[in-house]
Amino acid sequence: MVLNIKEVEHVAGLARLTLKPEEKKEMVARLSSILNYVDKLNELDTDKVEPLTHILPVNNVFREDKTEPGMDRELLMSSTDMKEDGQYKVPKIM
Amino acid sequence: MNLWDFPVYLLQHKLQSGEISSVEIVRAFRERISQVEGKVKAFITLDEEGALREAARVDQEGGYTGLAGIPYGLKDLICTRGMKTTCASRMLEDFIPVYDAFVVAKLRETRALLMGKTNLDEFAMGSSTEQSAFFPTRNPWALDRVPGGSSGGSAAAVSAREVPFCLGTDTGGSIRQPAAYCGVVGLKPTYGRVSRRGVVPYASSLDQVGVLAQNVRDCALVFSIIAGHDPGDTTCVNVPVPDFVSALDEGVKGIKIAYPREYFALGVDEEIKAAVMKSLKKLEELGAIVEEVSLPHSEYALPAYYLLAPAEASANLARFDGVRYGYRDLEADNVIDMFAQTRGTAFGAEVKRRIMLGTYALSSGYYDAYYLKALKVRRLISSDFDKVFASYDLIVTPTTPTPPFIIGAHVEDPITLYMNDILTVPVNMAGLPAMSIPCGLTRGLPLGMQIIAKPFAESLIMQAAYAFEQNTEYHSMKPELEV
Repeated sequence: MVLNIKEVEHVAGLARLTLKPEEKKEMVARLSSILNYVDKLNELDTDKVEPLTHILPVNNVFREDKTEPGMDRELLMSSTDMKEDGQYKVPKIM
Repeated sequence: MNLWDFPVYLLQHKLQSGEISSVEIVRAFRERISQVEGKVKAFITLDEEGALREAARVDQEGGYTGLAGIPYGLKDLICTRGMKTTCASRMLEDFIPVYDAFVVAKLRETRALLMGKTNLDEFAMGSSTEQSAFFPTRNPWALDRVPGGSSGGSAAAVSAREVPFCLGTDTGGSIRQPAAYCGVVGLKPTYGRVSRRGVVPYASSLDQVGVLAQNVRDCALVFSIIAGHDPGDTTCVNVPVPDFVSALDEGVKGIKIAYPREYFALGVDEEIKAAVMKSLKKLEELGAIVEEVSLPHSEYALPAYYLLAPAEASANLARFDGVRYGYRDLEADNVIDMFAQTRGTAFGAEVKRRIMLGTYALSSGYYDAYYLKALKVRRLISSDFDKVFASYDLIVTPTTPTPPFIIGAHVEDPITLYMNDILTVPVNMAGLPAMSIPCGLTRGLPLGMQIIAKPFAESLIMQAAYAFEQNTEYHSMKPELEV
């Protein structure tokens, strides 16, 4: 296995994902098999290859610096009931 | 012939000549849906009554321009104001967007009629529509087989004649592969040709919105409506949109077509190779110049894709944290646990797998070995295409290595499932436009041929595809669904 259960737990923490014990076990096996497969890329010598980060020849795209009406705040907040005084409500942070 | 069998362009003619009304069209499709939807299960949400009301309004206004009065379906990760957009996920099971995606606004503007939202693999992550959190869609040609994916509901709905066209999205083949599996035409435009605003993102550097329809002319008609610049999507390029429909008749005489030898290896079934070679002969008879070429890095596209797409997905899906919309876990007593439990409960297995893989590939210590390496390989794949397109106009390949498989066959084996995209993924890696069109049948199952072009040369693809279609009968084949 390329990955062990500790690493799976570490990555799940980074991804903010609660996994059940059986999901962790499955993740070890499945992710290891995918990582073995992608190892194929190491057959290629890419030392002198520039990474391709943008497929389009487009750089920064700016709009004109003037204010325009945005979307209605109440409307945007209508997708949840967990709110109060125009703010979203979450469990305690500290 | 029933009204529901008619393609978009004939429905348009019938509306314009006053032979039928839009209400009659919607009623016909509603009847068809009631006959076959129980078997095919292409839709997550249906709103025939809403479409009928809109149809009555269009009939009253008259002037059937554009797609006015024509019903359609939308892959359920394209946001619709006032209609549920679930992404086939428990996470968004009850989510009703407050705005329309740019492409939906375009279709509303032309007065096309939204019939419903079609099934997909959860958040477009899959190649079979089996990963939908709700139910699998079935292939109208063989109900025990998958329709492909992730736009499986869209392809099945067009194939079963439940709607004359659908929009889908394509990140690694999600329009072309289901189009091939369901015997319909599927167009994945150039990256940047169509706005992605309001389309729930999977892998933002690869995603593109496109069309599924019965034939090439219909595809061109719909594509003309959705293509074009949107200042609200900074990756949507401001280039002129040509008249795709009038270009159709220009034929393939003198057009240089390359077929890459690697695409006829890579575990491709003999029947599919034979069907595509026969189609290339047909294109040659019609005046095209057909030659073999090499795209040497083809076999590396898929492993690079399975690092890049999950890496982008892991960032994109960070937005689903239970705060502003969607499912929220109410048990957790602190915010971090709330995020983690919300996501752990509401995401399906494949989505979690890709988030984990992507997070791992981007994590400290592995970034260079995985993510950066994949970006470099992406460059090699793109350069392969550039070299061929320096001397050729189009590249023709099979769309998929196999015909549609039996539902459940690959559920336990993600890599075999991923291999389905081996011929379509390289196109997304290079941002190119490509179309799948029907090119034969094997054991009663449809086969697809993929036509790829340079960036923004969709017109040339459709011109060649149309010439092929006009001189063959494959596009008129349809599944015999017992009703």
